[in-house]
Amino acid sequence: MNQAHFDALIEADERIEPDDWMPDDYRNALVRQIAQHAHSEIIGMQPEGEWITRAPSLRRKAILTAKVQDEAGHGLYLYGAAESLGTPRSELLDRLHTKTQKYSSIFNYPTPEWADIGAIGWLVDGAAIMNQVPLCRCSYGPYGRAMVRICKEESFHQRQGYQIMLSLSQGTPEQQAMAQRALDRWWWPSIMMFGPPDSDSPNTGRSMAWGIKRFTNDELRQNFVDATVPQAELLGLTPPDNALVWNAERGHYDFGEPDWDEFARMVRGEGEIPDVRIGVRRAAHDEGDWVRKAAAAYAGKRDARSAA
Amino acid sequence: MSTVFPQWEVFVRARRGLDHQHAGSVHAPDGETALRAARDLFTRRQEGVSLWVVPSNEIVASDPADVGALFEPAADKAYRFPTSYELPPEVDHM
Repeated sequence: MNQAHFDALIEADERIEPDDWMPDDYRNALVRQIAQHAHSEIIGMQPEGEWITRAPSLRRKAILTAKVQDEAGHGLYLYGAAESLGTPRSELLDRLHTKTQKYSSIFNYPTPEWADIGAIGWLVDGAAIMNQVPLCRCSYGPYGRAMVRICKEESFHQRQGYQIMLSLSQGTPEQQAMAQRALDRWWWPSIMMFGPPDSDSPNTGRSMAWGIKRFTNDELRQNFVDATVPQAELLGLTPPDNALVWNAERGHYDFGEPDWDEFARMVRGEGEIPDVRIGVRRAAHDEGDWVRKAAAAYAGKRDARSAA
Repeated sequence: MSTVFPQWEVFVRARRGLDHQHAGSVHAPDGETALRAARDLFTRRQEGVSLWVVPSNEIVASDPADVGALFEPAADKAYRFPTSYELPPEVDHM
């Protein structure tokens, strides 16, 4: 009965809400995906946060501060959506801190130059938007609603990034070269953000059947390349892919094969950056403990006073 | 003297996929009864698929006098909006 009702809702493209019965696999897949998404938002604050003090103008500092603040907010929207499935936030954070749940490996690439901040906004947020717009129609109501808010806020992130790239590409030869280096660094990682190829993506079929995912990894990847190549041309920059060519017959760009071995290494969390990211996150959590204690003590004191 | 029941705020989910929205309030001695009253008052014409009732005195609301302090600081941060970034027409749909 329960299963039949759930299946009928999915079949009719209706939304599942928190108090509906749902299969354990559906619940677990959602907790995993939403938590990983939430973790990515708050870990994503780090590579950009590092640049706030070094951003080249007061305006750029203000923009970057607002963007990092948005990422924190997106994390909180998503933790809330995950909690509606019955897993408390404290447990999700524990899983992040103990590396038993992942965040997007895109945040384990270094950001050595200012142009990286432009490339992240343009490419990484651009790829994220490509991923996230279909998630607004996810079959799980609270996740879809969180994504609507996030997508609305994400647009400025991509535009500010592209505008940084535009300024640099219209600047001195050194600035143009820096913009090209950033594109060289971020192009392939952005392409790989859509996940493994469909032929090697074990969860895609099930997620599509459940209406959690609406497009396959390869479909979204193609959309991203098609949208992004003309944007690079306008900047006078060249994506680092010799196989990249317009295919008039398909009406799409053909492009080369990403380095999936590198992708696997990044997903496994190799290198030094993952430890730095988790270390910073844990320190932020631990060092914030006195704030939580103070807030609880204040609330307790006020309660005691009003009871007296 | 007549009995005065506590007040409950009623939230209705119009259909799956939408947030519960505030619809109004009812008076009832307990949550169960409040739910039934809310069902009769706000969803006689299939206006919803789910109801929440919350004790009105449990709602903590912002003070209208604080509206400036709370919300105005956002006014001078135009850079939070996508429209504050001028891009060439070819990519402006971004």
